This record gives sequence, C-alpha cells and structure tokens, in this order.
Amino acid sequence: MDILNAIVVLANYIFVPAMTYGSQLALGALGITLIYGILRFSNFAHGDTMAFGAMAVILATWWMQSLGVSIHPLPTALLALPFGIAVTALLLLATDRVVYRFYRRVKAVPIIVVMASIGVMFVLNGVVRFIIGPNDQNFADGARFIFTAGDFKRATGLDEGLALRSSQVITVLAAVALVAALFWFLNRTRTGKSMRAFSDNEDLALLSGINPERVVTVTWLIVAILVTVAGTLYGLDKSFKPFTYFQLLLPMFAAAIVGGLGNPLGAIAGGFVIAFSEVSVTYAFKKVLGYLMPENLAPDTLVQLLSTEYKFAVSFALLVLVLLFRPTGIFRGQSL
Amino acid sequence: MNYRNISLFGIVFLLLVGVGFVQSWSVAFALVNLCLLSSVMALGVNIQWGYAGLFSVGTMGFVALGGLATVITSMPPVAEAWRAGGLSVMVALLVAVATIIAAVQMFKRMAPGRNRTLAMAGILVVGFILYRYLFDPAVEAIESVNSASTGYLGGLGLPILLSWVVGGLLAAGVAWVIGKIALGLRSDYLAIATLGIAEIIIAVIKNEDWLTRGVKNVNGIPRPTAYEVDLQVDPTFISWVDWLGMDLIEASSLYVKLSYAILFVIVLAIIMWMSEKALNSPWGRMMRAIRDNEEAAEAMGKDVTRRHLQVFVIGSAVCGIAGAMLTSLDGLLTPGTYQPLRFTFLIWVMVIVGGSGNNWGSVLGGFLIWFLWIEVEPIGLWLMDVITSGMAEDSGLRAHLLESAAHMRLITMGLILLLVLRFSPRGLIPEK
Repeated sequence: MDILNAIVVLANYIFVPAMTYGSQLALGALGITLIYGILRFSNFAHGDTMAFGAMAVILATWWMQSLGVSIHPLPTALLALPFGIAVTALLLLATDRVVYRFYRRVKAVPIIVVMASIGVMFVLNGVVRFIIGPNDQNFADGARFIFTAGDFKRATGLDEGLALRSSQVITVLAAVALVAALFWFLNRTRTGKSMRAFSDNEDLALLSGINPERVVTVTWLIVAILVTVAGTLYGLDKSFKPFTYFQLLLPMFAAAIVGGLGNPLGAIAGGFVIAFSEVSVTYAFKKVLGYLMPENLAPDTLVQLLSTEYKFAVSFALLVLVLLFRPTGIFRGQSL
Repeated sequence: MNYRNISLFGIVFLLLVGVGFVQSWSVAFALVNLCLLSSVMALGVNIQWGYAGLFSVGTMGFVALGGLATVITSMPPVAEAWRAGGLSVMVALLVAVATIIAAVQMFKRMAPGRNRTLAMAGILVVGFILYRYLFDPAVEAIESVNSASTGYLGGLGLPILLSWVVGGLLAAGVAWVIGKIALGLRSDYLAIATLGIAEIIIAVIKNEDWLTRGVKNVNGIPRPTAYEVDLQVDPTFISWVDWLGMDLIEASSLYVKLSYAILFVIVLAIIMWMSEKALNSPWGRMMRAIRDNEEAAEAMGKDVTRRHLQVFVIGSAVCGIAGAMLTSLDGLLTPGTYQPLRFTFLIWVMVIVGGSGNNWGSVLGGFLIWFLWIEVEPIGLWLMDVITSGMAEDSGLRAHLLESAAHMRLITMGLILLLVLRFSPRGLIPEK
C-alpha cells in the first residue's frame, strides 16, 4: 500500500491533463452553447473557426518571434492573442453578414442554417489549409515546465513524479479568467442581460426594445474571443493540426449537450465531465492499482477500459446516456 | 423528365467526354466509376434527408461498414487464426451482446430506483470483465498469426458481389441500433450522434486488427471483374485489341474500368428504380407528409418515430452498398482514407446541389460534384500558375500558393454549397 504515490500518479496522468483538456473543451463548448442560445443553430463550423483563430495567432506569433519580441518565460502566443481575436472577430462578423443574416431575416428553419454552417466549415477548412497547410505546426516557446517529474521527485522523495507544464497552468488560469469575465458580462452588464433575455424569449426581448442585430454582433465577438483562446491553448498544450480541430467538434458538442444546450454553466461542467471521463476511461490503471493493492493481488494486465484510439467513444457514450436519461442535460438547457 | 433536366445531364456527359479527350479515356472512366458510386451514396442520403428530413452526418461510417463487409465476405478465411482464437473472439462478442441485452431487459423490467441501478451496473461490470477476459488473449493470439501478411481472421471466401448485399445489411443493422437511440429527439441531436458513431466505426476498423488488419490494410480483395494481367495474355482479348488498333495495356485497363462501370450502372439503376417507386407510392407521400409537418402527420395516426427509423435504416443501407462497391473497386481496404469531409459532407453537398427530395437530382449532384471535386484540383493549380506567373521563379509565396492549390477544392465546395443554399435552395432539379 502506498497511497501517496498512487495519488501522485493519478494527479500526473489524470487530474492535470483532464483539467487542461476540460478547460479547453469548456471554452469551446461555451461558444457552441452561446451560438445555440442566441442564434439558435448548431454551428458545425465551430471546430474550423477554432483552427482559424489558432492559425491567426500562430502567424502573429511567428512574426513576433522573427522580430525578436518575447515575454519569456510566457509563450509569445499570449502576446499574439489580441491580434488573433481581432482577425477571427472580423471573420465571424463577415460570415454573419454574408451567410447567416439572410437566414435570420427569412426566419429559416434551424436545420437550413446548420447546413449553411457546413458550407462555412468547408470554406474555413480550405482557407486554413490553404494558408498554413494541413500539417503539424509548432509555435510554443517560453519556459516548458513549471516543475518537471524529476524536480518533484527530488523535492518530495517519492518514487513517482508529477510534472506540471507551463501550458497546462496557463490554460487553466486563462480559462478561469475568461469564464469569470464572461459571467460578469452576462450577469452584470446591460448588454449581457439583453443577451440572456434574447436567449430566453426572443419575442419578449424584441418587444422590450432590444436590438437583435446588436445582440448577435456581441455574441459573435464573444465567440471570437472564446474560440481563439481555446484554439490557441489547445495548440500550445498539444499541437496545432487543422484536422484535430475538426475532430474536437464531437467532444465540444457532447460537452455542450451533456451540460444542457444554451446554458453557459452547463457547457463548462460538460467540458470537464467529458474531459475527465475521456482521460480516465482511456488510462491504464495498472500502476495506480499496483500501489494501492497488496503485492500478491496487483494486476498483471494494463487495467485500461478502452484503448486511447476510442476516446471518441467516450464522448459519444456520455452523449447517448444523457440523451436517454436526461435529454435537457445536467443543467436544464433550453427546452428540447 | 423535361428538356431542362435532360440538358443538365447532357452537360455532365459532355464534361466527362471532354475529360476523355483532354486528359485520357482511362481517367474519364475512373471518374465515371466514382461518379456512379457518389450517386449511389447521394441517393442514400437523399432517402434520409430528401424524403424524411432526417439530418444524419454519419454517412462515412456506413460507407466504411460497406468496406468492412467486402473483407468479411470475400477474403479467404485464415484457418490458423481461427484455430488460434476465432472461437473465443466469437464467444466474447456474444457475451458482450448478451450483457447489453440483459442490462436493457433489466432496465425495462425492474421498477426505477436504486436496486435497478445497482443491478444494471452489476450486470455491465461482470459482463465487461468476462468479455475482456475472453477477448484479450484471443485477439493477441490471432494477431500474432503471421502478422506481416495476415494476423486477422480473414473472411468467408464468398463471391465479392455478395458482399455488396452484406454491406447494405451490415449498415442497416448498425443504423437500426443508432436510430433506436437517437431518433425521436431533436433533429440536431441525430446529427451529433451520427457524427460520433461514424468516428467510432472508423476507430473500430482502424484498431481492431483481428478483424480488419487495421492500418496495415487488407490487400487483394477479390474483384468482380477480370484482372488486367490476365487480359493482357488472353489471346481472344489480344486479337480484339489488335482489330481495334489500341494499346494493349491501356485497353485492358479500360476494359476493367468499363466492366466496373457496367456493374455500377446496374446497381444504380436498381436502387434508382426502387427509390422512384417508393417515392411515388403512398409510402413516399406519407414520408413527405411527415417531413413537411410532423405534428399533422402524427395527428393523422402516423407513427413518426417508427417511419423515421425505417427510412434511416434504408438510407444507411444504400450508403453501405455504395461503400462495399467502392472497396471492391479499389481492391483494398484502407481505413486511414475515410475522411468525414470526403465521405459525409461532400455527399451532402451533392444532395443539396442536385436537389433534395429528387432522386434524379441526387444522381446529377453525385456526378457533377464528384467531377468538380476531382477537376478543381488541376484547374486550381493552373489558376495559381497563371496568377503567380509574374512572380520570381524561386519566390517562396509562389511555391506556397502552388503547393496549397489542392486545398482550393474545399473552398470551392463550401462556396458552391453556400451559393446553392442561398440562391437556389431547391437545387438543380427541384422536387416536384
């Protein structure tokens, strides 16, 4: 029995990665849920918008790096974020003007707007690949670790190490700051309140003199911030590859639905639920059990429920469970 | 059929003939074969979306299941692998299915409450452990059998044409399970659920090496047609080619492609005939009534969820058939090539552009969009070449633009979809 070591292993392989991944998913799912709440459609272009935002940040980062600008030990990408957000905001407002506004005017059924978002997805997919190519891009710089597994072992004298990468800490801190700011905005400011009113009851909101176009514009701006930050953090933490962002669509949607579509709090909870289940179901518990169980009972298999290739199955299974047992999600989303 | 539609098909025909003259007839026939397959897939999606308004984005998964069907139907069985662990794998899978059925029955029979939750969890945990206990060693044994060339169970060694039917059945079975879960909920939910199931099916095909060899690919899947090498030594064929004055190698390749085209046309014609019959029958009218107004149809006593399930299964089966045809055309199963943009969303573009709800529209869309998907690449390259011709030969931007021209087709497809949705939402051949 060695509980301390077991806890360190769990923290190193499950808690820290899942917190990071969960924060990224939560930011992505918040965007999906906001678009769903205000514009009332499921945005299939969300993953590719994320790739676009991250790409804008990467290009700005490279430019800054070539100029020698640096905020060491923080990654230069953080400095490039405002630029990326601005470009993404312009893109989103432009797509709204060119594509989505028409469907709002003719009051098209949501599924048609979803179809249009697939068109946008294709275009963005092509644009991102056209500009930066389909391959992995590296743009992380600055200090890599807060402390490494070796540091941790030396400091504590335990057998197991716990590594904390700076990108992980930055991700969680940035997500917390952004979410706090978003909730302050939604609950305390006039514009935020009008957004919530619009999401709850469109007709009533219109009657009270809320300008729908303004609400929509503000929503896209917020989405631009969320999506760019989420995309950049994901890229810093793992790596930037356009296709992986497309694949994030499923876990992000699962997070939004599991939490309750249209409910921002739900999106955050959903993001962490998905992340923690995904990481723990695909983790091999052999080492942990080895520390926890008496020596003669220690398992000789990996004790891995699913191999990592099946991580999508986890989002999917959670999605199905929620659909079957609580179709409105954990935090009662919009009526379904 | 009116003159407008005939001329639309005529344009597509001219485009393909044009490819024959400009590029080569071999390229043209390869294009025709994939156009035919795309049309079948588009018909499948049209059955789901056009007839019933179901928004399923899992086409890729069903196409991949069709591909899997060719392997399990037509590859020769690997006797040694079966001896090593075939039986245990089958038993393990039966255990898995039995566990799920038992859990579902338990859920249905027992009253809600803590006991039911505990009982269900117990069944699932015990079942899962038993399944893994049987499954893991068997899989390891199978995969270690001569893993460079086999390492999987192989198939049943049946004729390849049969696998097209099996592909349809396999896709239908999986679609039934998914439909049971996801239908009857909001329309977007079906979309997300099918998006997920498609990814899972691909993951299974990529990773379950005992079944599909995974990313090692299955080569040499039997063909329903002759082989080029056999034709090139066949005296009758040689004499025919001599009489026509053609190149032997090119002629043999053309002959093979033409035989595929004939088979595909037959399948397309059968499916098309059945689709038209179905669409114009009382059943088809009922489906459209449900699509246009679910509440009203329900009030008329139609079981909407069941009809949706039915049409979802049929549409998926058609996609499965197309998938089996595609893999038998390629002669190999390469799980890595299944991409959602190519196998799901592109098919959607075909249906929307062609005209949702109209079978002829889907066929036209399948031809036209596939043609563009292939031909936009050289056109884009040419365009980039023209645009960048003023730049220096060693310019980095020029190299980048030329290299990226391939991604133009994604942008083009997106623009086409957006333009059609905006300005001609009923498509090229609108529903009557």
